[in-house]
Order: sequence, then structure tokens, then C-alpha cells
Amino acid sequence: MAECHPVGFQWVMEAKRKGATVIHVDPRFTRTSAVADLHVPLRAGTDIAFLGGLVHYVLDNDLDFREYVVHYTNAAAIVGEEFADTEDLDGLFSGYDEESAQYDPTSWQYENAPQAPAAGMRDPRQPAGPEASEEPAEHEAARSEETGSGGPAVHAKPERDETLQHPRCVFQILKRHFARYTPRLVAEVCGVPEEDFLRVARALTENSGRERTSAFCYAVGWTHHSTGVQTIRTASILQTLLGNMGRPGGGILALRGHASIQGSTDIPTLFNILPGYIPMPHAAQHENLAQFVAEDAGSTGFWGNMDAYTVSLLKAWWGSAATPENDFCFDYLPRLTGHHGTYDTVVNQIEGRSPGYFVIGENPAVGSANGKMQRLGLASLEWLVVRDLTMVETASFWKDGPEIESGELVTEEIGTEVFFLPAASHVEKKGSFTNTQRMLQWRHQAVEPPGDARSDLQFYYELGQRIRERLAGSTDPMDAPLLDLTWDYPTEGPLAEPDADAVLREINGQDASGEPLSSYTQLAADGSSSCGCWIYCGVYADGVNQAARRRPHWEQSLVAPEWGWAWPANRRILYNRASADPDGRPWSERKKYVWWDAEQGRWTGEDVPDFVVDRPPDHVPDEGATGPDALGGRDPFIMQTDGKAWLYVPTGLADGPLPAFYEPVESPVGNAVHGVQRNPALEDVAEPDNPLNPAGSRVFPYVFTSYRLTEHHTAGGMSRTLPYLSELQPEMFCEVSPRLAQEGGLEHGGWATIVTARSAIEARVLVTARMRSLRLGDQWVEQVGLPYHWGANGLVTGDSANDLVGLALDPNVHIQDKVGTCDIRPGRRPRGPALVAFVDDYRRRSGAHPAPEETS
Amino acid sequence: MRTPLEWPVLRQVRGRDRLGRGAAAQSAHTRALTPRTETADRVVDSVCPFCAVGCGQKVYVEDGRVTQIEGDPASPVSRGRLCPKGSASTQLVTSDRRVTTVRYRRPHGTEWEDLDLDTAMDMIADRVVATRRRHWEWEDDQGRRTRRTLGIASLGGATLDNEENYLMKKLYTAMGAIQIENQARI
Amino acid sequence: MSHSLFGPLEDVAGDAGHEAHPPRMGFFTDTSVCIGCKACEVACKEWNLVPEDGLSLTGMSYDNTGALGASTWRHVAFVEQPAGRASRTDLGMPGMGPPEPAPAPDGPGQESESGEGGVRWLMSSDVCKHCTHAACLDVCPTGSLFRTEFGTVVVQSDICNGCGYCVPACPYGVIDIRPGDGRAFKCTLCYDRIGEGLTPACAKACPTESIQYGELDELRERAGRRLGQLEEQGVDGARLYGADPEDGVGGDGAFFLLLDEPEVYGLPPDPVVTTRDLASMWRHVGAAALGLVGVGVASFLGGRR
Repeated sequence: MAECHPVGFQWVMEAKRKGATVIHVDPRFTRTSAVADLHVPLRAGTDIAFLGGLVHYVLDNDLDFREYVVHYTNAAAIVGEEFADTEDLDGLFSGYDEESAQYDPTSWQYENAPQAPAAGMRDPRQPAGPEASEEPAEHEAARSEETGSGGPAVHAKPERDETLQHPRCVFQILKRHFARYTPRLVAEVCGVPEEDFLRVARALTENSGRERTSAFCYAVGWTHHSTGVQTIRTASILQTLLGNMGRPGGGILALRGHASIQGSTDIPTLFNILPGYIPMPHAAQHENLAQFVAEDAGSTGFWGNMDAYTVSLLKAWWGSAATPENDFCFDYLPRLTGHHGTYDTVVNQIEGRSPGYFVIGENPAVGSANGKMQRLGLASLEWLVVRDLTMVETASFWKDGPEIESGELVTEEIGTEVFFLPAASHVEKKGSFTNTQRMLQWRHQAVEPPGDARSDLQFYYELGQRIRERLAGSTDPMDAPLLDLTWDYPTEGPLAEPDADAVLREINGQDASGEPLSSYTQLAADGSSSCGCWIYCGVYADGVNQAARRRPHWEQSLVAPEWGWAWPANRRILYNRASADPDGRPWSERKKYVWWDAEQGRWTGEDVPDFVVDRPPDHVPDEGATGPDALGGRDPFIMQTDGKAWLYVPTGLADGPLPAFYEPVESPVGNAVHGVQRNPALEDVAEPDNPLNPAGSRVFPYVFTSYRLTEHHTAGGMSRTLPYLSELQPEMFCEVSPRLAQEGGLEHGGWATIVTARSAIEARVLVTARMRSLRLGDQWVEQVGLPYHWGANGLVTGDSANDLVGLALDPNVHIQDKVGTCDIRPGRRPRGPALVAFVDDYRRRSGAHPAPEETS
Repeated sequence: MRTPLEWPVLRQVRGRDRLGRGAAAQSAHTRALTPRTETADRVVDSVCPFCAVGCGQKVYVEDGRVTQIEGDPASPVSRGRLCPKGSASTQLVTSDRRVTTVRYRRPHGTEWEDLDLDTAMDMIADRVVATRRRHWEWEDDQGRRTRRTLGIASLGGATLDNEENYLMKKLYTAMGAIQIENQARI
Repeated sequence: MSHSLFGPLEDVAGDAGHEAHPPRMGFFTDTSVCIGCKACEVACKEWNLVPEDGLSLTGMSYDNTGALGASTWRHVAFVEQPAGRASRTDLGMPGMGPPEPAPAPDGPGQESESGEGGVRWLMSSDVCKHCTHAACLDVCPTGSLFRTEFGTVVVQSDICNGCGYCVPACPYGVIDIRPGDGRAFKCTLCYDRIGEGLTPACAKACPTESIQYGELDELRERAGRRLGQLEEQGVDGARLYGADPEDGVGGDGAFFLLLDEPEVYGLPPDPVVTTRDLASMWRHVGAAALGLVGVGVASFLGGRR
């Protein structure tokens, strides 16, 4: 956190000054470790084992916050008899199909839950066998992420045993499931000595409960794995057992890496969702609006109003063309048939199915995994539009990419037509960023952009207009969604930039009379309201840009509600009803945050209560109530259909209802936890240029992991071009332990070549005791640390660590595993065709699949 | 204007600074120093463009140029502080390494060429229309309605504004393009 | 002599002829909370328009800045050392070279390999000390270097003629001549900013309040309290550096809380103003000159004999 979010880290330092204990669990000793009370190095990719060990410690020692757990979680829910755990099946859950390498989650349901349609499964499994589609994207659907922010719908509230004694209640299943995650196992898997692990366990549990809370901060060290989602799940289980959710000083805080990466998830430039985490419709089940909303229409909680959110979005996009008679233009939405993530796109590009590509403020040639596949994709395009501040490698791959040097690509043979369009910087346009705390902050424009530089708002507005001009008069139904689109924004300034304020107003939404809405509870399913993103409804309440509020912090409470605007409803801590006990009283005076004021008959406190504001704690919903009406007074997790935090996930995840530890796909060791080596449901990208190192390979004996440095930004486009940052970290380097340096003959300050089955890169060597040799039983494991900021362009250049990374994806969110295995040897890498031969030799010797002969 | 009385040596003799190490040594230039934050024509509220912490920034503008960007003390997020990247924001936006004209590489070309922005926009719009039509798909191979194109993909958004992401998703969806992705999945 | 060149000096600005002047201002750099982010380096360069200072990897941990100089007015040192090694004095330069020899594969068990007994990473942002007795200023023949009303030491680039006398005079090796420019440069403690009541750029940016700007007296008190707090917490090796008016430079306007010996951070352990003996030298010179005159006169007289 000190490394990548230094200014956010000031609050950790302040907490430390006030007596907080700061623990840093990370394979790498970073600037955070330097000031932490305890640094715990562990083997990269073993977080589930470590966190699972903490869950075990809590359960084994009865340290859970029992009152919280009983009332606010699904610990008491009874799971059906068909469910079999990894404990029963040596590493597999029930429902696994060997052939398709996928789970059928039917057996994971609560007892007596409706069996069909599988709740939350917006994309029913494709029929297996020869008649199934050949297209890889057809094979499996994006699933969990299609269910939006509330998780999948569970239509019936489960049977509960609040004594938590029923052998099939979630609490007992949890106990059995985590029984083997002992301190000894943690030591064996993670390389963390038992004593260190126990210090963490004690510090965490002693600082959790009624009077105290603990927080977890994480970044892509947890998510960039083939088991990334389940890592977050393990932390969720732990924090929920400890009563650390929905309370001040608690939580699991994602530290996101880009100025508005949260905003671009809320208002998604992502394939699987529409604004506000409404899923994209799927070809198999969503032929019309009624089918689309049916899944959630009958469910409890705030997702029960998905019809209102969806219709309001359709009204925002297609305006008067969207009528009840035509299903509000629902049919204008394109449908998914599977997952269409960025790595699927790259495969489509290489195979000629996706010839046009826009790359906007990104640099996949350096910043995305398997850089070679990225560049081969770029080289297969018909046209490419890159918009950026500086000449990024993605735009110039045809001239100076590594494959040009190696001879694998020849400039004259690359048919890609490239348009590089200069972009406006953050001070040359106005607009809002959503930060990592879900807070929108408005930026005002300071100056006009230089030369041909334009905002991306202007680019897309202009592009839309020109496309519509070309299609004007078309009666082809494929063009109707473009021609009927509401696409008329006021412009301003010398460059006729569209008014971002007007766009934010559309996002906020309005009622039938055109007045801005102030809350998503005002949205209607009858077409009388429009709203571009329901969770952002209220950002323009009272016709005022709430995101532009800047009341100084010294004039406000610690929560600072009048600075910017946080979704939803300007709420700063989600699920904050859980900061009060079942009767609505603060758990303790010390941790007072939101509570029930019986006199006023309202929830009140430091923050906007995350609850139906006048619903008393003792409220019991009517039988058969739906939507928010079905929430009881003790159901703080209002986006879940049952109002409870899920320790166990009966549906919605592709790889199990509980987290289980699997080794990274490329690992030097066998799985010590159970008999299944790697995530059995993981998503392979079986492509010629994506060979994977065999597990346990002696040819690739070391672990590598990639990361950022404080002095640079992601793929370097905004830092390698600046003298003041470039001089601070001028060269690509790798970090190795003294032991590895000795073993591999690596010299401090010298050069090393790091090689995987994908590629080989070179880096200067830093030998440092900050990289720890880990001992797993009798075996030593060495890790190579690789910052990934460099590429061919800029003031400082170097090889890109992402060229080493293979693609083996988390099946829930289709994200890559940044941990792999490698070899490292002294000296610079071969140049030209010799580089290809060098890597091929490794591929052959290691038995990596596919072998070079099979691909070239 | 410098008068003989302003000569350092005279000031040294006249004043208390007999060794000429302080007040007497101060040059007229030094005495006239004014921080450029004070002479700015306007100060604009902004937010750091690097990571997602969302530190407040003050942008100082003089003669239509950004002269300084520093932390906004009023921000409850950052309290005026910036990391090295945020502190390099002035350099980021005023860098002479920024490309400010359209660059065009024709198919099989070996060098960049110049291209007029308006022409570039027309060419891109033409390509979108043509690729979309050529790669249009009403149904998949199982006969299910898809109403889409896989011909056009997009990557990016995490560094952009919410309003920009909104127009992107809106236009792409209307186009039938579904392979829309950003850094959140990378 | 009314203008002291050594020892404690109550009123540095007054001593330099500033009649009604503000309190002495300075920096307290508390390295115990430094996270080595280098925001200070960049913020300083952005504000003062200091040029880039070389693009080479030093191999000295994460420090690629190397040292203070004409184009580096803040420098963050990174020191990697085995934990529990505080208070030893036999360490070399900051983060130089490879660390400890590798343990044999069958060497220490993982208890000593992992866990807290591992490594300590010290970071410290160095800067011009704005000495009470600033030799750079005392030797400057042009009056380019001067003492401000805030008690800080500033080089005036419109006067500096690049003679370079100040460079060897500095006991900390701070000030230097900028190649290609020829003039001397160093930290001004943002003289332009503090004149308007603004915080110097580095201190303003510092995320963790490692760099604190304020009235020197108040900073010294604050530093004393912080030191007491660390000692109470059992932090071994914490000490103040440059805070003592009795030291060889009469105390620094920019002083530090360190977690180890100054040498570990590349700081001189006992800096002495290089002009300390100037007064007595001048007395000796005067006596010698008088003697010479006497000899001359004697010889002259003798000649007339």
C-alpha cells in the first residue's frame, strides 16, 4: 500500500501512531513492510491457504463474533444433503464434470431450495459433447459476474438453525471444510513459520469483536490468480466471522490502481455488464425484457427492483423510441453467448474474427499478460485506433515491438492500419473520476488541450455523430439502435466539446417532467423515469453536481459526507446497518456508527444508513413479500436476496461454494492440501502462443511474480515519459534473494535473463535480503520479483515482465494468474532469431504444452 | 531601479549586516521573488490522474498554461499530499513528449505519416460502419438471436472519466459491439 | 567578535542584519515514518524547475538518485540491513552493493529466514541542512549565498559566478556546481514559497509527515517528544541528528530523527563548519602580517644603518 498508494497510506501511518498494529503479508518486502509492525513473506499464490488458516484459527478457538454471525450471516442456513465438500472428495466439490472441467452447482443449494432454474445461473450450461459449438467462447459462460453486485438470486429464504449445531448448517460445514488448514499446513504451503502465522492470528482476533475492528487492504496480489475470486471469498468469510463488515475500521478494501477503474466498472467498459452491474443479456435466456428481469423480479432485497433499473437505462439510451409496446427497445441490446473477455478478444483477433480495435488510455502491448499474444493480435487487425497522451508501445508495435527484433513479425508484412489520436489530459477536460472508495470527484477544466488532442468524450460523441450521419435513412433493423440512440449533447468551448455535466445529468436520471432524480428508489419500471446508471442516481440531486462538492475536511465530520459523492446514496460504508446490534444499538460506544433511533423511528448516525430508513430492527416481513419489502429488520446485507452475508455461496461461483486451496497452474511444488493440484474449473487458453510450464518442472524451478513500483505507473505511458519519474527508476530490474543469487551465479548490478515457455526477458539484478528464500518442509522455494513498467518507448526502456506471464484464467472473472514459474540465469538474453530458439529449447526440455513443433 | 544606495557594499556598511552575509547580500531579483502560485490567473480544482486514491489537486494556470499542480489541503482523502507520480502531474500535462498531432500508419507502412484530424475521424467512422456490417451477426450458430458484431473490440476506460465510459458503453452497445473491456480485467 | 562563526547562535537572522524578522524556520525530517516514496524529490523538482539528474541504475537498493547535488535538492537514501543491527557503527555507505552473504542451503532454519528477524529497510530524505554556521555562505566571495530573514541559506543564481568556493566548504557535501550551467545550486527551503506563508514543496507533498516544516524551536521540541515516544516503544537506535546548537555547525536548520548511526545514511557523524577557525586564522594571519611588517620595518631600519 505504501508502495502503490502512498497517499492513502498516510491513514495507516496515522492509525499506527494511534496504536494500531500494521501487518504486511506479501511475498515481497516493500516500502509497506519497512514500516509495518510485522512483515510476513509467503509464497506467491498461496493466499487461500494463509487466509484459510486464519479462518481455521477463528473457528477452532471459538473466536467468531457469535451474535453477529448468527444474525447477520448465513451460518445458520441448512445446506442440502447432496452437497459434498472437498473434504469428502479429496479436493473436488460435488457436481464436477471431468470432461467439461466445470461444476454443476445444483448440489450446492440450500435444503429445499428451488432446483430449476438454477438460481443465479444466467447462462445455463451448454450441452456437452460433439454437437456443442466449436467456438471456444461458446463453451462456458461468464457466470458469477453476470449476476451483478448483489450476487445471484436465491428465491426462498433457507431453513435456519440458529444454534448452529445442525450438521449441515453452513457453520458446521465451514468448520469441517477448514479443519485441515492448520498452522502446520500454512507453514508447509506458504512457507510461513507457525509462530509468525500465530502472531498474525492472535493480533487479528484480539483486535476484532464488539469493541474493536480490523481491516484488510488488498490489491491485485490477491486477484491476479486463477483462484482470485476465491481468495477474496476467503477474506470475506474471515471478516464476516469476526464481525468486521459494515463497521467503522473494518472491511475488505480493494486498492485499485487507476484513477477511475472503479468508475469504469460501475459504468462499465466491460463485456459482461451494463451500467450499475445490470448483466448483459444472454442469447440463451433473454429474448425479451420479461425474461431478462424474471430472474430477479420475485427476489428479495434491492435487486428485486432490477426491472426499474433496466427500463430506466433503456429510456436513457433510446428515449422516446423506448416504449412499453416495444419492450423499451430491450431487443436493441446485443447478447452474449459466453465470455467475451479481453483475452478472448485477443484470440479472436489472432484468428481473424475481430479486425477492428480501439485502445483508449491503455497499453496492452506492455500492460497485459502474454505480451506476445497481445502484439500478435494487434498485427492481425485491419485497423487499430490508439488514443493516448504519448506514443505507447501498443501504437508502435509494428515498428519496434519485440517480435520485429526477433524476426517473428516483419513490418512490411503487417497489414494493420494504425490511427494514433492524441488525448486530452485530466486538466484539459472536465468530468468525474470514481476513486477506490466509490467516491465520485468532479474535475474542472483548467486549460484547452493542445493541437489535435481531444477529450475521449469528444472523440466518442463525434464518432457517434459521424456513424449516424453515414447510416441516416437506413431502414436496416441492424442500424435502428444507432439511429434511435439519444445522442444529442450540448457542446461548449472553442473545440465544441460535449458538456460532461449534461452527460452526468443523464447518468443521474430524471423523472417524466425532466427533473433530476435524487434517489434510485424513485426509479420506475413503467418508462416514466430515465437513468443511465441506477447506482449513480442522486449524484445530480436537486440539479446540483454533488460530485463537485468540496467542503474542506476541517469543516466536517471524519466521514466528510460533503466532499464529492459516493454511490449509492452518498453512503461511505456499505452495509452499515451491521454496525449496530440486532436490536439496532451500536455494538459499542467506541464503534458507534449507525443506529436505530426509536424516538424518531429512524436509522441515524454518522453516515447515510444503508437500510430502509424507517424499518425497525424487530420488523418481520410479510410472507411472500418481494424486493426491499422482504428485508427483515435484522437483514443488513440488503443487496443479498436473503439480507445475510454469505459465508457459503450456494450458487453463483464457477469453482465452488467455498474456497479451497489449489496451486497456481505453474508451481514448483505439489498441492499439500489435497489431491487436486490446480483449480479444477480454471479457464485454459489453449493457444499455440500460450504454452504453460508443467507443474513441478525442473527446467523452470523458480517462482516469479510481477508488481509495481512507487515511481512508475502501470505500463509506463504516464511515467516512463517523464524525466522526474524516469530518473528515480531508470531500468528494468529483477529482485532475487542472496541464496538464489549464489545458486544461479547472479551478480548484483549485473544482468539476468528470465525465461518461461512464453518468452525470455532481461533485467538488471538486485540481490537483496528483502527477497526471502522460503522453506517448505525440505524444499527451498525461490521467488523472482519483477516490476512490469518497462517497454520499448519512453525516456527509459527495457523488457516487459508481462511477456513472461501465461494465460490461465480465473473461471469467474477471466483474469490471469500473475504467478508462474521460470528459470533465471546470468547475462543478457539472446537477440534476434536466437531468442526464439532459446525459448523453444526451454519449451522442449520442459515438456511445456504445446511444444514448439506443434505450433510452428 | 538600482540606485547607488542599493549597492551591496553600501548596504553592508549602512546596515547591521557588516559581514554582508544576510540582508545586505540580498539581490533585487531575490527580493522580488514571488511564488507562481500567487501570480496564477486562476486555480482550478482537480483530481490526480494516476491511481485510484483520488487525491485532490489544485491546478494553477497563467496565460493559458498550467504552471503548477499541487495537492489540495482541503481534501479529506489526501489533505494536500501527493506521491511522486501525483507530484509529477505538471510535467505530465506539459511534457514535450506528448504527441499532439494525429499519427497515421498505413497498412504495411514503415513510417508514421501526418493526417488531418477531421480526415482521421471520417476514416475511422467509415471503418466502423464497414466492419460492423461485414461482421454483423443476427444469430449464433444455434439460431439464437444475438444482434451483435464481434468485428469491433475496445480496451480502455479505467483512466477515463465516468462520462466518457458512459458514452463509450452506450455507443458500443448501440453498435452491437460486445467485446468492450478495460483494465479492471487485466 | 560580534559575528560568531562557531557555537550556539541565538538569532541567526538578526546576526545577518535582518532587523525585524520572522522566527527561524526549518525542516524536521522524521525518518521513522518515511516510506521512501520520493514525493519530496519530485515535488521539489517540479516547484524549483530543477533538471533531471541522470538516468542510471545505481544498484543501491531503490536509490537511483545517489546524493544531493546541484540538480538534486532532496535525496531519499535507502538502507537495507539485517534486522536488529541498529547502533552498530561499522556499516558502509547506504545500501551499497549486495547484502549479506547467502545462507547455505542447509543453513539457518526458516524461523530465522522468515519472520521478523529478517531485514530492516531504512529510508531517509536528505536535504541541505541550512546550518547555523554555513561555511558555504561564509566563503562565498560574491554575496550570492546569503542568510534569509527566516535564517535559511539561499544561493542567488543571478549573482553566483560559479567560482565553486562553496562546494568544498560544505561539511555535508550538499551544494554543487551544475554541469553545463556553471553556477552553484542547492535547496532554498523554497524561499519564494515560505515568504508567502506557504509550505515548502517537499514538506507539503510528503504523504506521511516525515518531512515537517515549521518554526525551528517548535520543531526541536516536537522532535524531542517524538524521540521520547520511540524510546518508550523500545525502538533501538533512534536519535536526533543536527538538532543540537552545540554541535560543529551550531545546529542545523534542517535536522533529522534517524534510526541508526548517521554514517549508515551517508551523513557525516560529526560535521564541523569548515570556517570554524576562520577568526583565529585571521588573527594568526594578522599577527603574521604584523610580524612581516615588523621584519620589513626592521630590515628597512637595518638597511639605513
